[in-house]
Amino acid sequence: MEQILIEIEDLKKYYPLKGGIVTHTTGYVKAVDGARLIIREGETLGLVGESGCGKSTMGRLIVGLEKPTAGTVRFRGHDLNELKGSKGKKIRTGLQMVFQDAYSSLNPRKHIYEILSQPMLYHGLATKENLRSKLDDLMEMVGLSSRALGKYPHEFSGGQRQRICIAKALSLKPEFVVCDEPVSALDVSIQAQILNLLRQLQKELKLTCLFIGHGLGAVNYVSDRIAVMYLGKIVEIADAGELFHNPIHPYTKALCNAAPIPDPDRPVGSGILLEGEVASGINPPEGCRFHPRCPHAVDDCQHKEPGIDTLVEGSRHLVACPVMLRQTT
Amino acid sequence: MKKDNSEKLVKNKIRIGRAKDQPKDLSNESYGQTVWRRFRRHRLATVSLAVLIVLGLAAILAPIIAPYDPDAIVGTFSGAPNGQFWFGTDQIGRDVFSRILYAMRISLLVGLMATVISTVIGVVLGLVAGYFGGLLDMIIMRFTDMVMSFPYILLVLVAASIFEPGLWSIIIILGLVDWPGIARLVRGNVLSLRETNFVKSNLVAGMSLRHILFSEILPNTVAPILVYATSVVALSMLDEAALSFLGMGVLPPTASLGNMLNGAQSLTVLTRQPWMWLPPGLLIVVLVIAINFIGDALRDALDPTSTTSH
Amino acid sequence: MAKYIIKRILIAIPVLIGITIIDYAIMCMAGSPLEMLQGPRVSEAAVEARRIALGLDQPFYVQYFAWLGQLLQGNMGYSMKNFQSVSGLIGEHIGPTLLLMGVSLVVSLVIAVPAGIYSAIHQYSKGDYAVVTASFLGSSIPGFFLSLLLIYVFTVTLGWLPSGGMTTLGSGGGFVDVARHMVMPVMVLAFSMAGTNIRYIRSAVLEIMQQDYLRTARAKGIGRFMVINKHALRNALVPIVTVIGMEIPVLFGGAVIVEQVFSWPGLGLMTMSAITGRDYPVIMGVCLLSAVVVLIGNLVTDILYALVDPTISLK
Repeated sequence: MEQILIEIEDLKKYYPLKGGIVTHTTGYVKAVDGARLIIREGETLGLVGESGCGKSTMGRLIVGLEKPTAGTVRFRGHDLNELKGSKGKKIRTGLQMVFQDAYSSLNPRKHIYEILSQPMLYHGLATKENLRSKLDDLMEMVGLSSRALGKYPHEFSGGQRQRICIAKALSLKPEFVVCDEPVSALDVSIQAQILNLLRQLQKELKLTCLFIGHGLGAVNYVSDRIAVMYLGKIVEIADAGELFHNPIHPYTKALCNAAPIPDPDRPVGSGILLEGEVASGINPPEGCRFHPRCPHAVDDCQHKEPGIDTLVEGSRHLVACPVMLRQTT
Repeated sequence: MKKDNSEKLVKNKIRIGRAKDQPKDLSNESYGQTVWRRFRRHRLATVSLAVLIVLGLAAILAPIIAPYDPDAIVGTFSGAPNGQFWFGTDQIGRDVFSRILYAMRISLLVGLMATVISTVIGVVLGLVAGYFGGLLDMIIMRFTDMVMSFPYILLVLVAASIFEPGLWSIIIILGLVDWPGIARLVRGNVLSLRETNFVKSNLVAGMSLRHILFSEILPNTVAPILVYATSVVALSMLDEAALSFLGMGVLPPTASLGNMLNGAQSLTVLTRQPWMWLPPGLLIVVLVIAINFIGDALRDALDPTSTTSH
Repeated sequence: MAKYIIKRILIAIPVLIGITIIDYAIMCMAGSPLEMLQGPRVSEAAVEARRIALGLDQPFYVQYFAWLGQLLQGNMGYSMKNFQSVSGLIGEHIGPTLLLMGVSLVVSLVIAVPAGIYSAIHQYSKGDYAVVTASFLGSSIPGFFLSLLLIYVFTVTLGWLPSGGMTTLGSGGGFVDVARHMVMPVMVLAFSMAGTNIRYIRSAVLEIMQQDYLRTARAKGIGRFMVINKHALRNALVPIVTVIGMEIPVLFGGAVIVEQVFSWPGLGLMTMSAITGRDYPVIMGVCLLSAVVVLIGNLVTDILYALVDPTISLK
C-alpha cells in the first residue's frame, strides 16, 4: 500500500462573528467542523461540495494559510502547526497551492520572470547561474514559451495565467499541491487544457494533489479518489469510479444526478433532486446536517450526528449516513 | 482602444527582443511610458510640469541666477522696481528678486522634506496596522483619529510655539502632522491586498515577511501614495507660508515665501509697495496650483480605472 | 439606530481621552508660562509662590488629573494671564466664530453644489474646465494671501469694505454693519472650501452618472432633466453630507488665520494670542472644544450618511 502523505484529524475551523455594542463574539461560522482525511502519496484526492461548504477553507488549512481552531494536519508525520523556524518553513514549502482566480494570483507589478524566480532564489532552489535554465524548464513544463518571462500578468489570457500559477507552485518542488478550483474561472475549452496539463504533471512528477471543485465532472477527470463535503463535514469518500457509479449518501446521489453525464445507459431521473436552501454554517442543523433536505431522513437523523463508516468491511468506500448504510447491507 | 492595443503589442515585441539579459529595466520603462502617455493627455498638468521644472531649476540654481546676495542691503529702502532691481527692494534695501529665488528654495525644501517625513511615518504605520491587524491596528488607528481630530492649523501652531521656530522645526512639525491621511490610505490598500491570491501564494511559498510587505504589497500601493503625496507637498507649502506669515515659521533673515508676505501686514507696504508682497504671494499660488494639477493628472495616469478627472 | 449611536460614542470616548493626554503633554513640553513672568522686577520668591499657586510644582500626571477632574465638573480652568475662566472666554468669543463659520459653510455649499453638479453633467465641456480650474485655484491660494488681495482691492483701492473687526467703532453694530465686515472673511473661507468641495461633488456625481440605474432611467426616455433631478441628485446627497462633515476641522483651522488677518474677534484670534502667550488652560480649552466638535461632526456625518443612504446598514 502507498504511504500516507497527509493525515487530517478532527480538523475544525470556526470563524467568530462579532457584534454588539461592546464588540464581542456572538457566534461562530463553522466552516470546517471535524474533518478526517488521509491522502496517500501519489494520489489525487478530489474534494467536492456546494459553495460555502468549507472545501476551500480545508485547502487553506492544509497549506497553512489559516490556523485551525482544533485538530491537526500531518505532512509526512510532521504536525504542521508545530513547525517553527527555518526548518518548518522548509517542510512547508513541500505544500503548495494553486488558486481559483489566476489573475489575482500574480502580482500585477511584477513580470513573470520576477514572480517565478524570487521564491526559488529565496529558498536556494536556484542560483543566479542556473536560474535561467530552470525557468525555461518550468515554462516548458507548463506549456508556455520562455519568451513569456518578460511579460506582465495582464498580457496573458486566463488559461495562460493559470499555467503560470501552476509553474510558480511547481517551482518549489512540492510533494503536495492543493488546487483550489483551478479551472472554475476559465472558459470551458480552456478548462480541458488546464485539466489535461494537471493530469500530465501528476503523472510526470508523481505529484500528490488535493483537487477542490464544485462540479463532479472536472473533479472526476483528475481524481483517483473523491471526498464529498457538506457544511463543514465529509459525508462520503470513495474511489472516483466507485463514487460515481455507486453513490450511497443522499447528498452524493443528488450531486451525481446533477452532473450531466453523457451515458445513455444511465436511467433518466434515477437520482434525487435537491430541494431547499443550503443551511448556513452559522447555525448548522443538529444531528445530520443534511437532514432538512434529505428525502430519507428518519427521526434519529435530527438528533444523532452520524459517524463515518465503511460500506463493507475493509472497503475504501466510507459513508456518513447510517440510514443508507443499513439499506445497502 | 485599438490604437492602444497595437501600440502595446509593438512595445512588447521590442521588449521581448531585448528581454533576454535584463527584462526588469525594459519592462519598467514600458510602464513609465504608459503613464507618461496618459499624463500628457492633461494639458494643464503638462504645462504645470514645465512651469514647475523651470521654477525648480531657478530655485536650485539661485546662487548662480540671483543678481544679489539675498541678505545683503544693496539698494535704497523700499525702492520700486526698476532696471537694476527687477522686483524692487524691501524695507531695508534687499533685492526682492534675489530673495524670492532663495525663498522658493526654502518653500520647496519644506514641502518636499515634510512630505518625505510624513510619507515614511504614514507608510510604516499603515503597513503595520493593515497587515498585522488586531490590537496593534486598533491602537494605531485610534491614534490616527486623534491626530486627525485636531484642527490641523491649531496643531501646527501649538507645535510651532513649542519648538524654536526655524526651518528644520517647521519641516519636522509639518512632517509629524501630515501622516494620518497616508497611514489610512496605506492601511486600506494593505487590507485589500492582504487578501489577494498573490500575497497568499507567496505566503504559501514561504517568503519572508519583509518580502511580502515591501516587495509584494508596497509596490501595489505606490501609485495612490504618490498621488496623495503630491497633495501633501502642496499642503505643506501652504502651511509653511501661513506659519511664516504669522511669524511662527521660517524666521528672517532667511527668506521664505511666507515671511516675505509678513511685511504686508503693515498698511504702508500693503497699499503703497505691492512689489514686496504680490510676487511671493503669486509665486506660492503658481507653485501650489501646479503641484495640484500634476497630482490630479498623476491620479488619472497611474490608475486606469479613474474617471474622476480630466 | 440607538445601538449604533451608543457604539460610536463609546468609540469616541477613548479617542477624546487620548486627545486630552496628547494635548496636555504637548502643552507641558511647550515650556513654563512663568517664563513670561520672569524679569528684573519679579523676585524669584514671587515666581516660586506663583508656581505653587498654579500647581506647576506637581508631577505631570497629577496636574493632568487635577485638570481632568475639574473639567468633568464643568470647570475648564482659568486663563493664566487675566484669570478669566476659560469657559467664559470661549463663551465670549464663540459667537462671532460660529457666525463666520456658519455663513462661510453655507456660502461654500451654495457655490460648490451647483458648480460641482454642473461640471459633472457637462463633463469635458469648456464650462467644466473653467469650474475645475477655478476649484483648483480655490484650494491652492493661501487664505492669508487672498485676504491681502481682497483688502487691497476692496478696502485700499475701492474703499468699499472695512478691512477688519466686526463692527465699526462707535456705531451700534447693526446687521448691515456686521454684514459689511463679514463679506471679505466669508469670501476667503468659502472660496477655499468650495475649491475642495467642487471637485469632490463633481467626482461623486460623475460616479453616480455611470451607474446602471441611471442608464436605465435614460433608456426609459424620461428626459434629461428628470433623470438628473429625480435619480442623480438624490444620490448626490450622500457626498454632500460627507463634504459638510469633512469641512468642520478645516473651518476651525481656517478661521484662525482669517480671524487674525481681519481682526475678527472670535475664537481664532483668542487662540492665537493664547498660543503666543503660552496660556495653557485657554489653549487646552480650545483644543478640547475643537476636538469635541470634530468628533461630534464625524458622528453626525455617519448618522446622516446612514439616513441618506439606505444601503448602509448600521450594524
